[in-house]
Amino acid sequence: MTTTPDLLAFANAIASGTIRVIDLTQTLSPEFPTIVLPPEFGQCAPFRMEEISRYDARGPAWYWNNFTVGEHTGTHFDAPIHWVSGKDLPDNAVDTIPPAKFIAPAAVLDCSKEAADNADFILTIPFVEAWEAKHGRIEAGSWVLLRTDWSKKSYADYPGLRDDGAHTPGPGPEVVKWLVEERDVHGFGTETIGTDAGQAHHFNPPYPAHFYMHGKGRYGLQCLTRLDQLPPKGAVIVAAPLKIKQGSGSPLRVLALVKA
Amino acid sequence: MPRQPSARRSYEGVVACQPVTIPYRRYSTESAAWWIGRALRELVKKSGLRPQDLDGFALSSFTIGPDTAIGLTQHLGLSPRWLDHIPLGGASGVVALRRAARAVQAGDAEFVACVGADTNHVDSFRRTLSTFSRFAQDAVYPYGSGGPNASFALITRNYMNRFGATREDFGKLCVAQRDNALSVPHALMKQKLTLDAYLAARPIADPIHLFDCVMPCAGAEAFLVCREETARAQGWTHVRVLATIERHNAFPDDPIQIRGGWAMDAGELWAMAGLHTGSVDFVETYDDYPVISMLQFEDLGFCGKGEAPDFVRSHTFTNDGSFPHNTSGGQLSTGQAGAAGGYLGLVEAIGQLTDTAPGGRVPNARIGLVSGFGMINYDRGLASCAAVLARAA
Amino acid sequence: MSEPLARPRRKNPLARTRLPLLPQGARSRTAHGLTAAAAEGRFALQVCADCGHVLYPPRDACPRCLSAKLPFKNIDPNGRLIAETTVRISTDRYFHERMPWRIGTVQLDAGPAIVAHLHGDTVEGERVRLTLKLDKSGSAVMFALPAQETPHMQADRHWREMTCDPQYRRVLISDGRNAVGQAMAKAFAEAGASTVFVGIADPWKPFPGEAELRNIAPIEVVPLDVTDTASVAELAAQNGGRIDILVNTAEHVRPGGIIERGNLSVAREEIDIRYFGMMRLAQAFGPALRFRGADGVNSATAFVNLLSVHALMNWPAYGASSAAEAACLSASQCLRAELRPGGVKVLNAFFGPLETEWYQTVPPPKLAPAALARAVVAALQDGLEDIFVGDIAQDVRERLNTNPKALERELGSH
Repeated sequence: MTTTPDLLAFANAIASGTIRVIDLTQTLSPEFPTIVLPPEFGQCAPFRMEEISRYDARGPAWYWNNFTVGEHTGTHFDAPIHWVSGKDLPDNAVDTIPPAKFIAPAAVLDCSKEAADNADFILTIPFVEAWEAKHGRIEAGSWVLLRTDWSKKSYADYPGLRDDGAHTPGPGPEVVKWLVEERDVHGFGTETIGTDAGQAHHFNPPYPAHFYMHGKGRYGLQCLTRLDQLPPKGAVIVAAPLKIKQGSGSPLRVLALVKA
Repeated sequence: MPRQPSARRSYEGVVACQPVTIPYRRYSTESAAWWIGRALRELVKKSGLRPQDLDGFALSSFTIGPDTAIGLTQHLGLSPRWLDHIPLGGASGVVALRRAARAVQAGDAEFVACVGADTNHVDSFRRTLSTFSRFAQDAVYPYGSGGPNASFALITRNYMNRFGATREDFGKLCVAQRDNALSVPHALMKQKLTLDAYLAARPIADPIHLFDCVMPCAGAEAFLVCREETARAQGWTHVRVLATIERHNAFPDDPIQIRGGWAMDAGELWAMAGLHTGSVDFVETYDDYPVISMLQFEDLGFCGKGEAPDFVRSHTFTNDGSFPHNTSGGQLSTGQAGAAGGYLGLVEAIGQLTDTAPGGRVPNARIGLVSGFGMINYDRGLASCAAVLARAA
Repeated sequence: MSEPLARPRRKNPLARTRLPLLPQGARSRTAHGLTAAAAEGRFALQVCADCGHVLYPPRDACPRCLSAKLPFKNIDPNGRLIAETTVRISTDRYFHERMPWRIGTVQLDAGPAIVAHLHGDTVEGERVRLTLKLDKSGSAVMFALPAQETPHMQADRHWREMTCDPQYRRVLISDGRNAVGQAMAKAFAEAGASTVFVGIADPWKPFPGEAELRNIAPIEVVPLDVTDTASVAELAAQNGGRIDILVNTAEHVRPGGIIERGNLSVAREEIDIRYFGMMRLAQAFGPALRFRGADGVNSATAFVNLLSVHALMNWPAYGASSAAEAACLSASQCLRAELRPGGVKVLNAFFGPLETEWYQTVPPPKLAPAALARAVVAALQDGLEDIFVGDIAQDVRERLNTNPKALERELGSH
């Protein structure tokens, strides 16, 4: 039998700083890079804002804006319905995912050294096993967050675009399948523009993080930042997407709670 | 000048009288209606008529808009049975005379008041120019907006190129007119003009310089047309109308104006008058730029085409000269009060022939020629007219 | 002979900017037949369909035979300057501050005598060639040029009032990512523009030709995304007062009609990039352009729209795109009215399929981006308002004049 946690004590811990709240979110701005698809496809809308009024003739006492944005722009959440492999699962869209799923612990895999000089760094099972040897087994129901320090890059380097497409680190097919089937993870999160590697189009299956995670009803988080401030284990992630009817994902505020 | 028998009826029995000038002002805050009212009041005062006796009214004014002559009847309290609005600028006076004369001759009216008047507000000249005519709007005003100065500059330049006229020739006319104006109390130009000053004046639109240009101003001119027997009965001094001509848009194929409608009709003018150029004691030309006076000398028969420069060189033009011309100073020295400018020569001629002219008199003047010219619609003056007047016996 | 244009001195930032004034632009409805010819660089006068008389000024009845059939036709523009004057005093505010101003009477070989503005190299008594230009008011005027080219003709002070010559002007190319934008940047650099700002959206996205673009001397790459109001506003805030010619090269050409597209996302991009993009540029840069219309030798002078000729008649193969182009065409007409108080022209350059990836499957003839760029520069040097560049554009224009319904059917049949 478990005891009910004292929520007031939890709140006080946050207020007093005993529990730190770390914002893992990139600022939504027009300049922030979005995923690039071949130009004949429809594109993910970048963030755009139009001022409605600013204490002026258009609205004397108030300032407000309209904005437009794609579901997969900026720091965002991927729901299983996003990928064809997850299209028939129950509760697979942002409006039907049970809200409890929006809070979960995280295991933070630091491959920043490996990715520093290799934009095409691929996460493998041995890498994760080595990490577990050091930090312990990844608990079921955990977010697996891949720290690459990619969020520290300039906008020019961040998408890693070259004449043969994007070059950014990500997981290989085997490790994603393994994380889902052997570790029962909650989802996969990255600092890069997608959960998959820049060159994942050439993997088998293509885009394995999307294919396996969403195929098994797991979630994705992209464009995270400040993963370097998280412990390998022990952080709790609050990541609640907008409640968009049958939405495939949404920009959101991602918060991490960590012990001071 | 060949004398042709004229088929036209004479103006026998009709006279012009009561020349009225309301002293000009450079700028006026008054309306055109005010100036017209002053002229009519002066006319009735001088003649002893009552306003309601004026059963004919001919009006010329650029600045009366949006009104026309009909609106002025109510404004001024007139009930004429004959009414004409004559928007012919520099041809207004002679044209009003010839129309009024026929009305009186036919019995359609007994007393026709002919009035040319305009005000000159600070900005009204520019406004008049920019909306003067459709062709002016479409094809003149957007080209530097030099107004008539620029249009006449082109005519003058072409005339100089073609016939060898010089600025000294134009200057001689201007200087003589200024001399004539010095004795006219209402003339705006009060100072003697020398040829040197004329030549040294600043350019306005080459070859037009300052003293080739008239000064726009406000003013009014008027006269009365009635039957000769009435004038005699009233004891009014008057002049007889021997002949008139009127022509519009003559020689449309001339690429640039070197002649006016007088060249078409001068023969008839002299034939109708039964006179020749040598019979004339003075000439009042429409002098909006001296080159136009030269065209009139030529086209009315005083010399041949292109001979006006020599004509000018061989004559003197003051009131005591060999060819008294623009005896009150013309518009160049008196000012150009809009449509009143088209009356100025005629009113002055009536004055000369009735010994009532306000300035210097031409000795023993019996026959006067008055010529009008007007309406630069596009690149040239369209209207031309002339009248030969005679002192009453 | 004309002196070469001197590089304008840098503006004293403390000096008051001379406000734009316009010559009188009011014309009779008929006279706007000249405006129509001037907009395209043609020299046309009314020619009586019944008696062949060539008329000027424009009339509503033939002064020879009173016919009302008086179409404007292209006419031999040659003639002789028979008299000239230099106007030194003007009642008009625009001309007043541009005195002295030379005009003259030209007798055309075709008949009429025409009062015209004079190029400084015209000589009284000699042969001249008349052109119809749009003055700062946007209405047509007659302008006489010397019969033969003279050195530095373009630099003539009167001529520069009628034209939008890029020399010593600062140009903004709104999108340098595409082939047209890059060709345009090079063409303006060659035409003597003092600075060519080239907007690049999403600078993190590399693009072909980037290195070459950055290496051309007067070209300065600046961040600009026509779909981002804030980005447009920011560039305008920084550089808006230094842009004299704005060329909107942002394009979004995608094949497909209305039904075929299946949804609105591509259409929304088209509208966002083309129509809203133009609107954003106009809203951000328009006020400064309009304000600076008389700001010296390098005054603000033109806003250039590149428009598919299918703005005039839809091409269903690119049907949704054509509709977005039509929206831009309509907006350009509004923009003309709004920029006119500043004496700033809106040049619409209509073109057919280009030699670019988005017309890959379209058969020739196709227009090279460099040819389009050269045509735009030439049109600005000539002060034109509408140009039809390349065979297809001219073909469409002619068929539209002849039988718009036939054109609609023919464009829709393949």
